[in-house]
Amino acid sequence: MTLVLPDPEALCAGLVQQLKPRVTADTALVGIHTGGVWLAERLHTALDIALPLGLLDISFYRDDFDKTGLHPQIKPTQIPFEVDGRHIVLVDDVLYTGRTVRGAMNELFDYGRPASISLAVLIDRGGRELPVAAQYVGAQLEVPTDRMLVLDRDENGKLRLKLDA
Amino acid sequence: MKIHIRNGRLVDPINNIDERTDLFVAAGKVAAVGKAPAGFNANRVIDAAGLVVCPGLIDLAARLREPGFEYKATLESEMLAAVAGGVTSLACPPDTEPPLDEPGLVEMLKHRTKTLNLAHVYPIGALTVGLAGEQLTEMAELRDAGCVGFSHADVPLQDNQVLWRALQYAATFGFCVWLRPQDGYLAKGGVAHDGEVATRLGLPGIPSFAETIAVATIIELIRATGTRVHLCRLSTREAVGMVRAAKRDGLPLSCDIGIHHAHLSEMDLSYFDSHCHLLPPLRSARDRNALREGLKDGTIDAICSDHAPVDEDSKLLPFGESEAGATGLELLLPLTLKWAIEMKVPLAQALARITQQPARILGLDAGHLSEGHSADVCVFDAEYYGKVSAAGLKSQGKNTPFLGIELPGKVRYTLVQGQIAYDAGNS
Amino acid sequence: MRNPQLNDKGELQHLLSIEGLPRETLTHILDTATSFVGVTAREVKKVPLLRGKSVFNLFFEASTRTRTTFEIAAKRLSADVINLNIAVSSHTKGETLLDTVDNLSAMHADMFVVRHAQSGAAHLIASHVASHLHVINAGDGRHAHPTQGLLDLYTIRHYKKDFTKLSVAIVGDVLHSRVARSLIHALTLMGTPDLRVIGPMTLIPAGVEKLGVKVFHNLEQGLRDVDVVVMLRLQSERMRGALLPSAQEFFKYYGLTTEKLALAKPDAIVMHPGPMNRGVEIDSAVADGSQAVILPQVTFGIAVRMAVMSILAGN
Repeated sequence: MTLVLPDPEALCAGLVQQLKPRVTADTALVGIHTGGVWLAERLHTALDIALPLGLLDISFYRDDFDKTGLHPQIKPTQIPFEVDGRHIVLVDDVLYTGRTVRGAMNELFDYGRPASISLAVLIDRGGRELPVAAQYVGAQLEVPTDRMLVLDRDENGKLRLKLDA
Repeated sequence: MKIHIRNGRLVDPINNIDERTDLFVAAGKVAAVGKAPAGFNANRVIDAAGLVVCPGLIDLAARLREPGFEYKATLESEMLAAVAGGVTSLACPPDTEPPLDEPGLVEMLKHRTKTLNLAHVYPIGALTVGLAGEQLTEMAELRDAGCVGFSHADVPLQDNQVLWRALQYAATFGFCVWLRPQDGYLAKGGVAHDGEVATRLGLPGIPSFAETIAVATIIELIRATGTRVHLCRLSTREAVGMVRAAKRDGLPLSCDIGIHHAHLSEMDLSYFDSHCHLLPPLRSARDRNALREGLKDGTIDAICSDHAPVDEDSKLLPFGESEAGATGLELLLPLTLKWAIEMKVPLAQALARITQQPARILGLDAGHLSEGHSADVCVFDAEYYGKVSAAGLKSQGKNTPFLGIELPGKVRYTLVQGQIAYDAGNS
Repeated sequence: MRNPQLNDKGELQHLLSIEGLPRETLTHILDTATSFVGVTAREVKKVPLLRGKSVFNLFFEASTRTRTTFEIAAKRLSADVINLNIAVSSHTKGETLLDTVDNLSAMHADMFVVRHAQSGAAHLIASHVASHLHVINAGDGRHAHPTQGLLDLYTIRHYKKDFTKLSVAIVGDVLHSRVARSLIHALTLMGTPDLRVIGPMTLIPAGVEKLGVKVFHNLEQGLRDVDVVVMLRLQSERMRGALLPSAQEFFKYYGLTTEKLALAKPDAIVMHPGPMNRGVEIDSAVADGSQAVILPQVTFGIAVRMAVMSILAGN
């Protein structure tokens, strides 16, 4: 049975609708590299967020360092606002085991004490291994455990979903 | 014991023999070559088919570590290593503890080696008392005790006036002086050849001119005194040229190289391999090539093992702190054969470098298989190739850069004074 | 012969010397260091990468500076750090180098940072330790100081960007300098076309041109139009070993003053591995001047060491 992948552009629009009522002048958006950053950039523009976009690379906070070592490409982490007392919306492309979000939250807490963190994801594929939940979800999708679901971007910036082995 | 060595390829450089023939030994001597003497009834027949039968090898430098360095090696282990390597006569340098500067020490060493009944040992006496470079030793007394020459081992003799007088004194009696040419000041602190490898590895260097300056000094002193001098362990191509010119001038000079320097260069230090920490240091490839050529054309008279067993702990140290030296008695034959094969030198000529020439330098009537002379014989398999292994070495020193390397030649039997001192099948 | 720094998978197991490393490995370390510079600029300067790991600083040669930067780097990675000044303790009791290493390995070390007065000491230790242990060479005799070479490389990349267009001069006691050797390897690996060493003949080692450098004995000629000037420290022992007559004469002919620096490009940067001997190899005016990047070198040094430790620990 071949999996039918939803249209990420439509899902993105759906997320914008979900987030619009919650966004204030003090809301901060933080995207998790790499797919989460692309999504966050789109949301940031569409929601007209006042604060600059935050970017998070969780390479130093992963829990599988002993097994896989340091990732060959580390992207820059930029948090261009005060974290203390901030309501942050963390953005990622695919929510799976929850470990990436756990690492992201640990890293955010090394910058300060946020007032709250909520999570927005394009796809929730289930398979949680930690008690992590997303408050804003584009779609829920069951993906076979041996496959990787990734967000991609074409030359024009249009979002695409891919299923990798 | 009557021994018949049958069907071997007899190679005797001094007597110009290289043919398939038999050797007969009786009462410790060579009874006959070729045809059995009348009424010869062998107690033991050695089938030497496919093997080479040659005079027992003569090693110009092998440290036995006694007296004084028994934790590195003992007389017993090193003498066993000698005969396992086909060596029936060896000269040992005077750098023991205490140095061989007194007749009593020499006599004791000779006595010890004689009771072991293995190879003949010819001690080289110290040139100065304590090798301190100040006072002459009683060279005549030492000669009477058994010394065949006088040397300063690896200790620099800095005072040229003392060196000059020592040479004069030795010449008075016709003694040969063995000198390793190295200027102590120029070599001070150095552990490797001063060149691009030492620079890259950050090791203090010993420049080539530390050797050539000493060679030049020694040559001029020989011109003045006429002393017979043997230069030990050359390492530079320039020194080979200087010896060639000095010999052309008719100076009474001979020289040797160590087996490792005939094959290795500074490149072999690789990642600080302390097995390549040698004195003199391994120099450039050009130097090594000049040594190989010099040995072939006869400018370099002989090759020796420069045997220096070192305990493992002294090698398991950073390069500059490790002790210099390599084990070599059992590698003298394989490394000479390897050199001969690579340089296309006929077997007889190669064997002359470890039999005939060393005998001449030591002033011994040895290194040949003539009727009526002491039966010191080496029987070896020239076609055999085997890996050098620590377990396979009889010496207590396992320190050689050739560990794990395949080398040609394997000694099957070694006879000293007509007795089988080593039998590969029974060891 | 297999490079002893790499494991069977070709990954970095130890950092012993820059020589023999692929260019990609150097670039990877520099790029990773960039991320760590960001971490050290935050308020919480720690990341949990090496939590639970033990880093042992084995300093057989005393050095407070280098040991401190390694300690800071390890702690910022959340590692446990043990400092051992072997110069004072077991070494003098006659314990061999490898015995000391074995004893410490038995204390569940994960990483050794080693400084020793003998060239090749780090290689010896690396060839001896169990396969899970990583060895970082913090300086062995005259041979190598790879983390210094890397932080120098990082500094040059930060200010000058493209190695392939640079002219770099290394000035001073090259003969005894592991910093010089490591930097020479690093720059030639990165494709630096014009690399110079400048010093009196007594302080330039034999055959150094073979490493890919041009030798100058005249400072003015050697500094002409260079983009980077690296000043090496001159130790006072050199005056006693018949290598130099005095610090004064050395300063007059090889010391970096504002006038001499003016011969280099106007935007040339001045580097020094530290500690500086003001008035011997470098003038205070230059050391404190706008072209000196000596303090940034120290900051970059921590990030580079964090990068090296993380990469090794993850392999």
